[in-house]
Amino acid sequence: MPTRPRSTDKLYLPSSGLRTPVARRSVLHGAMGAGAVGALAACGGDDAATDSASGGSAGAGATSLGSNKGDEVPRAAEDAMLAAFTEATGIEVEANVQDNETFQENINSYLQGTPQDTFTWFAGFRARFFDDQGFIGDITDVWDEIGDGFTDGFREASANGDKQILVPLYNYPWAMFYRKSLFEENGYEIPEDREAFVALCEQMQGDGLNPIALGDADGWPAMGTFDILNMRLNGYDFHIDLMAGDIDWDTAEVRRVFEEWATLLPFHQPDPVGRTWQDAAASLLQRESGMYLLGMFVGEQFPEGEDRDDLDFFNFPELDSSIGSGAIDAPIDGYMMTANPENEEAAKELLAFIGSAEAGDIYIATNPTNIAAHNDADTSAYSELQLKAAELIGNAENIAQFLDRDTRPDFASTVVIPTLQTFLQNPDDIDRVVSDLQAGKERLFTGEA
Amino acid sequence: MSTSTDLDRSSGTTGDSGTGRRGGAGQRPRRRVTPGRVVLYVALVVVSLAWLFPVLWAVMTSFRSYEFTAVNGYVSWGGFTLDNYVDAWTGGNFARYFLNTLIITVPAVLATLALASMAAFVLARFSWKLNIAMLIFFTAANLLPQQALLVPLYRFYLYVGLYDTYWAVIITHIAFQMGFCTFVLSNYMKTLPKELGEAAFVDGAGVWRQYWQVVLPLCRPPLAALATLQVTWVYNDFFWAVAFLSTGDKFPVTSALQNLRGQFFIDYNLVSAGSVIVAIPTLVVFFALQRHFVSGLTLGANKG
Amino acid sequence: MATTTAPPRPRKGRGLQLLTRRDKTVLTLMVGLPALLVGAVVWVPVVLTVVLSFTSWNGIGLPAASDWVGTQNFVDITTNYPPFWIAIRNNALWLVVFFLIATPLGMLMAVLLDRELKGSWFYRSALYMPVVLSLALAGFIWQLIYSRDQGLLNRVLGLESADRIDWYGDPDINIWAVLVIASWRHVGYIMLLYLAGLKSVDPALKEAASVDGASEVRTFFSVVFPTMAPINVVVLVITVIESLRAFDLVWVINGGRNGLEVIGALILSNIAGEASLVGFGSALATILILVSLVFIVIYMVNILREEKR
Repeated sequence: MPTRPRSTDKLYLPSSGLRTPVARRSVLHGAMGAGAVGALAACGGDDAATDSASGGSAGAGATSLGSNKGDEVPRAAEDAMLAAFTEATGIEVEANVQDNETFQENINSYLQGTPQDTFTWFAGFRARFFDDQGFIGDITDVWDEIGDGFTDGFREASANGDKQILVPLYNYPWAMFYRKSLFEENGYEIPEDREAFVALCEQMQGDGLNPIALGDADGWPAMGTFDILNMRLNGYDFHIDLMAGDIDWDTAEVRRVFEEWATLLPFHQPDPVGRTWQDAAASLLQRESGMYLLGMFVGEQFPEGEDRDDLDFFNFPELDSSIGSGAIDAPIDGYMMTANPENEEAAKELLAFIGSAEAGDIYIATNPTNIAAHNDADTSAYSELQLKAAELIGNAENIAQFLDRDTRPDFASTVVIPTLQTFLQNPDDIDRVVSDLQAGKERLFTGEA
Repeated sequence: MSTSTDLDRSSGTTGDSGTGRRGGAGQRPRRRVTPGRVVLYVALVVVSLAWLFPVLWAVMTSFRSYEFTAVNGYVSWGGFTLDNYVDAWTGGNFARYFLNTLIITVPAVLATLALASMAAFVLARFSWKLNIAMLIFFTAANLLPQQALLVPLYRFYLYVGLYDTYWAVIITHIAFQMGFCTFVLSNYMKTLPKELGEAAFVDGAGVWRQYWQVVLPLCRPPLAALATLQVTWVYNDFFWAVAFLSTGDKFPVTSALQNLRGQFFIDYNLVSAGSVIVAIPTLVVFFALQRHFVSGLTLGANKG
Repeated sequence: MATTTAPPRPRKGRGLQLLTRRDKTVLTLMVGLPALLVGAVVWVPVVLTVVLSFTSWNGIGLPAASDWVGTQNFVDITTNYPPFWIAIRNNALWLVVFFLIATPLGMLMAVLLDRELKGSWFYRSALYMPVVLSLALAGFIWQLIYSRDQGLLNRVLGLESADRIDWYGDPDINIWAVLVIASWRHVGYIMLLYLAGLKSVDPALKEAASVDGASEVRTFFSVVFPTMAPINVVVLVITVIESLRAFDLVWVINGGRNGLEVIGALILSNIAGEASLVGFGSALATILILVSLVFIVIYMVNILREEKR
């Protein structure tokens, strides 16, 4: 229900800048941004487009959208996309825009309350969960129209069984980000395996750097570290089964993940639990840290131009040669239809538009820290980083959505977050960490399987 | 209250007791400068500055450019600018959120005081079997944890169609705050001399007139104090608004501020400016009405 | 405005039996309307929350009979939910710090400022100021001081990067950092209440005591303090309830995790958001309600005694 923010859920929202800080529950119109994005401020201030109240008033030629794109950049990108839709079809879209954290926090009460016809959401388990509650409209017919534009990976991530429930707009990879110039100056090499990786960390320490930035004040960033270590050590299938509750958390495999993490932790920024991911990103920007495992949205913290162009990444190296490094987290964001839209036809038209290459191009043009989901997206305007990200995703053997999108939301937010934070504070007590996780799993995964 | 015997109506409102004493000329008797007093003053100044410091630090931060402090750190001098305020105000859509706050706060506070003063009047001025039970009923309600009401209330508002309307937030504030106001007002009313009411009865006034024309006007001090308190409480609440509103554009400013923090978390300067903007109305209300506050909260009567 | 104009009829006493029927109706409405509202919006939900605490309802649709789990939530909370005991400890710590430090300090400031002092307006205002700021705002303002990398405190302490203290992030320290903020506000609040209380003490009384040669401290405790009994009760209750309800501050700082667990925040993180463990969160809420009620009853018994006197 209601209220507030906290984390997990929130996201990694690809989009813009903001994700979850300590606490935000509200919506300032995205905007507020001025300081950072002065030029765009105008986009945020216009409420005419967003005054929609709840759900209401969508007439024959109109539909409505509940959006979490309250931050400056994604909001501007979404506005541009919706404007193009209206221009093309004559259908007006009333948008109720909230900041992402508030939106996600309230998703349960939002969907049961007076939701708009369509809303922004995330692919994977996190979408199916709400479909299973009966809140989501079936858009399989929309997929008949747009399906050719997406790979099977996207199709599956957007489906609940045979039913298509989401139209993907974009995704973005999690990887080790770094500054090219820093690597050049110090002669650092991209590590391919554990040995090289540890050697690189030690070399960075010798140069007076924090090898790996980390800020887990919001709880979710450390999930990225868990995901990648688990996928590198135990493989993608194990990871997904673990997320689904089919495997226990107090097994030797999971314990090994934490043991590995504990050995690598000294290479991370100290005291991560009190630091926001933005502060951690700043340490990368300011050349205090050498690398940072995060989603591509880290680029939002890099001023456009020289700094942003200096940003690069490499895939997290393999830790076990029998497992390799073919699995990554690359969360997909998209749009869904609610169960009882006022104007289903217009809503589906909107979703079909969002599933077009054109919509993705328009969105990405304004919010370039993502990769368009559509096969035919125009990549000619992509930055080097985007091209590389598209390639990483394209070549990945397996793609996970991210811990809190791949498992039960209650488990992710009330068990995993506090336990990972405890672990970061006290990495020696792995017994307690795995037993807390297992206890939470037993409490929450009962009755379903 | 044990010391009160009567209440001079004018003393409560003009404050010749509490606040007047402070300002009254010629009333400061025989204070000499002694070492003890010097220590006292020094201690008070030190404590006061310590208390003010965090706020002043935020104010100072809000006037400095991010570019400057990012390079020089916050423990530095220079980089002063008004840009943060301009940016926060223009980007933050504050006008809209302040309006929302007004829409919620004004009816909530007025209705709370109106209903609470009626209930307090009955409970304080009439002996009635259920008196104490009712007082407990009201007061205890105010002491319960907000979170405990959340889920059923959300369902209730959804069911009756008030979810995502200002009314849901307003009604909740009224009900939740009524306990405290009833308690304070009934305590105050008990100190009013019984004869007042009886005189009114002799004049043939009904209970409503007794309440409206006799008792309520005498309650101006606690009403002023409570109004001040309630305005700040309702203004500062972010809980109910976020719980019962799902349209972003309806949020009051305190809830909206959180977004600012989120978005520019790293730009402390800009967030500081937004915080100062949000803090100003409560500070103004508070300091403007400060004397009501102290004299009015005096639960017992003043003896001038 | 008068809605009733009863015929002139002399009465005595204030018993209801002496009122006209119309007056009785008016009185019933005057107390009944507010009571109805408080009942519907506060008490009924509280009762429902207690009922929900025996279910595993996930907040979706309506609770079904199959959601009934008896006392399972309470068993889980006490045996299988590590944050709970940390929260209990933190709420207790909150109470102790308020009682032993913040409340007495507020009282002391009130006593000092009750006298005619030069600039007392300034001292009072400085101490009040935090009271009018929302806790959410307070959390941010202090972040400027506490932030590990950017904050004033670590800079002033001159700590190098690796040795910096993570005031908000270190679970052994952050509760103390937060208690400083909470006390920063609480002192002003208590001072305010006592200042109000002291105003109601007959100056002649204080005067008389000092003529007797009583020391200031003795004057206060033997003469002034007892006359403030009603305020003392209010302060006591406010101190307890504020400690039990501690929530906003930790919620804004880190969502009430990692050393800052308090019951109020745990309730919300379970019932809110996508987690939506309404049954489990309601059980936490029920525990908080019960503890609150213990203090509320103590308080009410006290009031009752006053009334009888």
